[in-house]
Amino acid sequence: MIHVENIHKRFGEEEILKGISTTFDKGKTNLIIGQSGSGKTVMLKCLIGLFKPEEGRIYYEENAIQDMDDEQQRSLREEMGMLFQGGALFDSMNIEQNVMFPLRMFTTQKKSEMLERVNEVLSRVDLENVNKKFPAEISGGMQKRVSIARAIVNRPKYLFCDEPNSGLDPKTATLIDNLIQEITHENDITTVVVTHDMNSVMEIGEKVVLLKNGKLAWQGTNSEIFKTDNEDVVSFVYSSDLFKKIREVQLKKQ
Amino acid sequence: MKYLRDIGSYFIMIKKVFGSFTKRSVLRELIFKEIDDLIINSLGIVAFISFFVGGVVAIQTALNMDNPLIPKSLIGFATRQSIILEFAPTFISIIMAGKVGSFITSSIGSMRVTEQIDALEVMGINSLNYLVFPKIIALSFYPFVIAIAMFLGITGGWLAGVYGGFTSTTDFAAGIQDSFIPFHLTYAFLKTFVFAFILATVPSWQGYYMTGGALEVGKASTNSFVWTSVIIILANYIITQLLLSS
Repeated sequence: MIHVENIHKRFGEEEILKGISTTFDKGKTNLIIGQSGSGKTVMLKCLIGLFKPEEGRIYYEENAIQDMDDEQQRSLREEMGMLFQGGALFDSMNIEQNVMFPLRMFTTQKKSEMLERVNEVLSRVDLENVNKKFPAEISGGMQKRVSIARAIVNRPKYLFCDEPNSGLDPKTATLIDNLIQEITHENDITTVVVTHDMNSVMEIGEKVVLLKNGKLAWQGTNSEIFKTDNEDVVSFVYSSDLFKKIREVQLKKQ
Repeated sequence: MKYLRDIGSYFIMIKKVFGSFTKRSVLRELIFKEIDDLIINSLGIVAFISFFVGGVVAIQTALNMDNPLIPKSLIGFATRQSIILEFAPTFISIIMAGKVGSFITSSIGSMRVTEQIDALEVMGINSLNYLVFPKIIALSFYPFVIAIAMFLGITGGWLAGVYGGFTSTTDFAAGIQDSFIPFHLTYAFLKTFVFAFILATVPSWQGYYMTGGALEVGKASTNSFVWTSVIIILANYIITQLLLSS
């Protein structure tokens, strides 16, 4: 569980996050949604410690990240897995080396044990026979899956995903969404996904946090989205005709 | 004000490089890779330039000796002094600022742009130690490159002098032994160590703290060459003043 309490983040004069408080539940896929520039990625970077908020506290279980020294923060980060928007795979390493990287850095396992775990997670993300290929030699969707494999290889307690579907076709995007949710449930981890993709919200949004202009505009589950009259949710979600029609059907059913 | 902030940020970076250390077995591999990338891969261009510039120094010296009273051994003497004192340590370092410096800045800058550095940080790895420390250690072998440059520069001078008909092997050999001050070698290698540190850290700083996209990586590489060269020239002046002027 991650609890965020009144965080503010400024860049110069501009305040990006304006006092956000929320909780990201364990064993669930928690989604942060909002328009471009609403502060989603800044919030994610505050959660993982890449940005330091000027005010407020972020608790991992009972421990505030602000009270941790550098070493404690590094130890906490060993329990995190992160899927970056572009994959962020290391160009100079092949797929096997990329996925093995966290194991090499933080465990004392033998190479055979590490290889076994690498093959296990690669097959979990439906990737086989790519071990010796380099990131540039595989497709964007495959890169995302390798990145997920790297994020979960060291059995993290927290998984963060920044726009996991960006640049992917709808079918691959759904595959990635489902994979993230399955991994979250299988390993009972706290997953936080930043997205503006409404399909993701409907597929895996067990908890949804809507940001608007750096403020928390609404929070609930994906099923509650169609029922709420919250103006910010309505204007964000129903900006497309398809979702307007879905809402009408849902309301008629009620 | 910006320059002061940049200088401060450079020294903070140096402090962080020696902060939390990467696992030893991983670091060892990285150091060997950097030795290959930064030292071994530079030997060809350094050898080529040293050999021919040594030859040109010898020919230029010979062509400017109009007075018949000046001994032919001066060609060897001038070649040795130019190569050991300035050409090998300083001008090879400027060339390396272009070759190695741009490589360091663009590789670290690309990692910044594609969030690979963020990935390292999120994993709890001290990215500065992981990326920059192996380069510093690899470039501590840089004096060997300069020793090779000195040898090939003088060899180039000797071959150009003798086969160009400007001097004889005996005169050239007498020239390179004439008034030899061993401290000049100490001075040359001392400043080479300083230049090696500059070559490893200034381009790393440029790449690590860059923001933007692919275009900015190119700009950072150009800035890296300019600033590394400027700092090497200034350091050269200060070290020469401190070690040779007394």
